[in-house]
Amino acid sequence: MQPRSVKYTRRSALLAGFAAILAPRMAFADAAAVSAALKQLYADKPMAAGRIKLDLPAIAENGMSVPLAVSVDSPMSEQDHVKTLHVFADGNPLPVVASYRFTPACGRAAIAIRMRLAQSQTIICVAEMSDGSLFTAKAAVSVTVGGCSV
Amino acid sequence: MTAASMPRVRVPTSAKRGEVIEIRTLITHAMESGFRKDDAGRLVPRKILSKFTASFNGAVIFEADWHPAVAANPQQSFYFKARESGEFQFTWTDDDGSVYGTKAKLAVT
Repeated sequence: MQPRSVKYTRRSALLAGFAAILAPRMAFADAAAVSAALKQLYADKPMAAGRIKLDLPAIAENGMSVPLAVSVDSPMSEQDHVKTLHVFADGNPLPVVASYRFTPACGRAAIAIRMRLAQSQTIICVAEMSDGSLFTAKAAVSVTVGGCSV
Repeated sequence: MTAASMPRVRVPTSAKRGEVIEIRTLITHAMESGFRKDDAGRLVPRKILSKFTASFNGAVIFEADWHPAVAANPQQSFYFKARESGEFQFTWTDDDGSVYGTKAKLAVT
C-alpha cells in the first residue's frame, strides 16, 4: 500500500478545529452597508414606505435556500410602471442579493427567487417607479442554519 | 467542475389576450459564491450566473442581475402580459462568459 500524503490523526483534527475557531470571522454586511449601496444608487432621494409586498418565511431553517417573493403594486402601463427592484440582505457577506429591471410587458411587477442567507437578518427591497419615485419595504428573517460559507 | 448548466422553463403554451402569465425558470448551476473554503482552507473562486434575460419576439421584457446570495440551481419567476403570439428567449450569462439559453413558444388567442 502506498503511504498517504495526508494523515488524519486526532491531533490534526484538533488543530483544524482550533484553526477554524481562531480564524478571523468573515466580514458581514450590515445596515450601514445597505445604506451605502442605496446612496450610491439613488443619492439621498427620499423613499416612501409601502407598495411593496415581501413574502418570506419568518423562520428559515436552511439558510442555503430561503424562498423570497416580492410584488410591487403598479399598473405596469407605459406611463406608470416599476423600472427596477433591488433586493438587499443586511447580514450577508455582500449586501446585494439581486436587481431586476421590469418593462410594461411584464404586466405585473413581481418576482420569486431562492437566496442564501448567512445568518438571521433583514431583507430590504427598494423599487424605482417610472416617474423616479422610490418605495421601500423590509422584513426580518430568522435563520436557523446559515448558508454563507457554502 | 460540474456538468454543463441545464435550463428549464415553465411557460403556458397558450394564453388569452391581456392575460398575465407566470413564467418560472430554473437552471442547474453551483453558483459558487466566492466565500466558501475548500477542505484545505483555500477560498473557492467565485463562479456564478450573474445575469438573466428574458426576451419576447426579440425585445427584452425582464432582466435580473444575480449576486452570490442567489442560491444554487437558481430559480427565477416573473410575469408577462400576453398581447401577441410569439417566442420567448431566455438567456443566462456565467462569470466565465458562457451563455446558456432556451426558448418557449406562446400562442395568444
